[in-house]
Amino acid sequence: MADSTINIVIGGEAGQGLLTVGQILVKCIAKSGYSILVTQDSQSRIRGGHNTFTIRMGTQKVVAPKEAVDILLALNKETVGLHKSDISSRGFIIVDEGWGVDENICLKVPFGKWGADGSMNICALGVVTALLGLDRKLVLETMNRFFGSLDEQRLQENRAMLELAFSWAQEQSISFEEPTPSSYALNHLVMNGNDAIALGALTSGLKFYSFYPMTPATPIGVTLAGKAEETGVIVEQAEDEIAAINMAIGASFAGGPSMVGTSGGGFALMVEGVSLAAMTETPIVIVMAQRPGPATGLPTRTEQGDLEFVLHAGHGEFPRAVFAPGTIDECFHLTRRAFDLAERFQSPVFILTDHFLSDSFRDTPPFDLSSLLPVTPGSDTEAQSSPYRRFAFTENGVSPRLLPGSSKHLVVADSDEHTEEGHITEDLTIRKRMVDKRLRKQDGLIHEVLPPDVQGDKRPDLMLVSWGSTRGAVEEVASHLRSEGERIKTLHFSQLWPLVPDKVLDHFESARDVVCVEGNATGQMARLIRRETGFHIEKRVLRYDGLPITPEYILRGLSVTGK
Amino acid sequence: MTTIDDYGNYETAWCPGCGNFSILKAVKQALADSGLAPHQVLIVSGIGQAAKAPHYLNANVFNGLHGRSLPVAIGAKLMNSALTVIVESGDGCNYGEGGNHFLAAIRRNIDITMVVHNNQVYGLTKGQASPTSPEGFVTKTQPQGVASSPFNPVTVGVAMKAGFVARGFAGQVDHLADLIRRGIAHRGLSLIDVLQPCVSFNKVNTFEWYQKRCYPLPDDYDVKDWEGAMKMTTQWEDKIPIGVIYQSDRKTYEDHFPLLKEGPLVDREIDRAVIQQIMEGYR
Repeated sequence: MADSTINIVIGGEAGQGLLTVGQILVKCIAKSGYSILVTQDSQSRIRGGHNTFTIRMGTQKVVAPKEAVDILLALNKETVGLHKSDISSRGFIIVDEGWGVDENICLKVPFGKWGADGSMNICALGVVTALLGLDRKLVLETMNRFFGSLDEQRLQENRAMLELAFSWAQEQSISFEEPTPSSYALNHLVMNGNDAIALGALTSGLKFYSFYPMTPATPIGVTLAGKAEETGVIVEQAEDEIAAINMAIGASFAGGPSMVGTSGGGFALMVEGVSLAAMTETPIVIVMAQRPGPATGLPTRTEQGDLEFVLHAGHGEFPRAVFAPGTIDECFHLTRRAFDLAERFQSPVFILTDHFLSDSFRDTPPFDLSSLLPVTPGSDTEAQSSPYRRFAFTENGVSPRLLPGSSKHLVVADSDEHTEEGHITEDLTIRKRMVDKRLRKQDGLIHEVLPPDVQGDKRPDLMLVSWGSTRGAVEEVASHLRSEGERIKTLHFSQLWPLVPDKVLDHFESARDVVCVEGNATGQMARLIRRETGFHIEKRVLRYDGLPITPEYILRGLSVTGK
Repeated sequence: MTTIDDYGNYETAWCPGCGNFSILKAVKQALADSGLAPHQVLIVSGIGQAAKAPHYLNANVFNGLHGRSLPVAIGAKLMNSALTVIVESGDGCNYGEGGNHFLAAIRRNIDITMVVHNNQVYGLTKGQASPTSPEGFVTKTQPQGVASSPFNPVTVGVAMKAGFVARGFAGQVDHLADLIRRGIAHRGLSLIDVLQPCVSFNKVNTFEWYQKRCYPLPDDYDVKDWEGAMKMTTQWEDKIPIGVIYQSDRKTYEDHFPLLKEGPLVDREIDRAVIQQIMEGYR
């Protein structure tokens, strides 16, 4: 695949400051105007092991990771051996001159001579930013800001190291072509999927977030906890996931927009709570950041293996909505939509992400917050007559939701089947009417459903179907194949449920060939589409080795499926 | 002025002679004596015969899942600190299915009052052993007798220095109502473990059995003496002390959040300028 992006891989052990140099480098590149997309790959350990932080940069919007490496920044010798076969034709490796690595594509840096033992990562940052032709002052400022909380002496040491390495690299004769200057991402924000979800939740009026630590969802709690006092949010690390979701339901019942975040194993514990939210018609937003299972699986890798789990989680029949953002912008806006729907339909709403998207830093234009309203929890107290009936039968299934303590009306909710007043009942006529009332809310959710994003030719040779975080990789493959003269259509789902057949069936029938691209082993989306539309997608490109789907991976897969 | 009549009188689904009737009466009396109007109160329960109690009085109610009343109550209390939040459920719910939440709630010391109907047996599911059933207690599912030793919630509460630990008896309604009233008045987690006969499934710990053993703690008993309280919690076979066993003035959970000092969180408006500033931090 011909492309002008530069792929920088920083490799080393956990504890070597990989994430630090990665995050500063990302900011420096974005501030210089380039679009960026980060892929993090790490082993589940605090020290040692082999981790990578990969930045793909471009002068146009970068939408997906790529495999070929243009700059390999090796913070240890092992990295060289592991990645040298991925080096592109124009690529090279930055190594320590003391390692005795003798490849002709190596730039040997005298880290040892500089006495850079503890700050090798800072020196490496200087070398890479110089080679990319970034502005020295911008790099220094970005680093200073990142290290803002360090004491002045440490800051000065870091600055001196960075300057030394930067100047050295500028003097090296290396035949690496600097990227064309770009103003694409000037003024853009740099954040990952988890950050965008946290920010989206705050703008929606989030007041309560509870969780039990679990990769890859934990950073949402970390971000919110850091801002809790100033934003007026309670962030509660619960004793377990069961407590987390029940607390959030209690907080939401009392009138605070509430969210929980977890991954598959933790969500398994929350499942009874999902059913409780549905029965008591309490709004709740659930972030499910997928990682490979079953059980503990691969804790620090990625997968899209829990679509069916989230779709069916919770005993009994009740309405829900499931979103699957594929970009930072979608993480933000679909979180807002999730809060809105949860409140208006008094139902559980899911945001299904995965490890790759959760910690993939990307540039995104700032959000215009001035026009974005928070949700208004509860119904108008004045409009209620006595006796107040929390679960009054209504045409659209949505009953007036008063908040306990906000008036003299008493608010009663029950996990048992209940009367309109909320009290336990075994009157089977009421039971049936109550089921119908709850399910009527699904009609409203269907009315609000986001249709899949459709791009490309009307009558294509090939239609690629995808959902969630694979969005960019599929887009890139489509434009590559188009450049080779093929007629390609893409159909991407950012909302997985409700799935409305009328909105998609024509597209399937318009294509000569359809391939579903998914990050799981059994083709869960393809199965859902067949169940809901009757259309069987026979050809799939599936990935379940724990790594994100790349454009190269899809192209290799297409050549095997015989598109 | 609030009276017990404001809390209503409703038909129940309980067995005639059940200890629940007098606990329900004591709860209503305590709420009235606390001067609380029904809309100022939120009662959260789980599942079991005891958990049905909130349906038989006037208050805001959240009857949730088995074992999960505490987390729901905690979420609601943090969101609206103006509500008086009471957890009312049985021994299976609070000490069995919800055991982890019980320990965590004591550690938090959040301002919630727990009224635990402790009849040492599972009534709703028809007579299996509960976490507080004595060793050797014979049931249809434990035909050889219960093989585990019983959980003593009062010992655990005192050992963990819970804010307020009391034991009441369903057979002494006025005494119990007073314990609940004091529990509500206490800032922090209050546990009122209520001994209660189950007329259908517990043929050992009957009304008479308790009546013979329960005695009120003497007037000179020191509720602040932790070591004395620890000793008192284990008195059981022949004599069972009832009353407030331990009380401490530990900092409450809410005290740790400056945010909650500004009034109920549910009333707070979001500040868009703050969020704008947070967003700018991502540049």
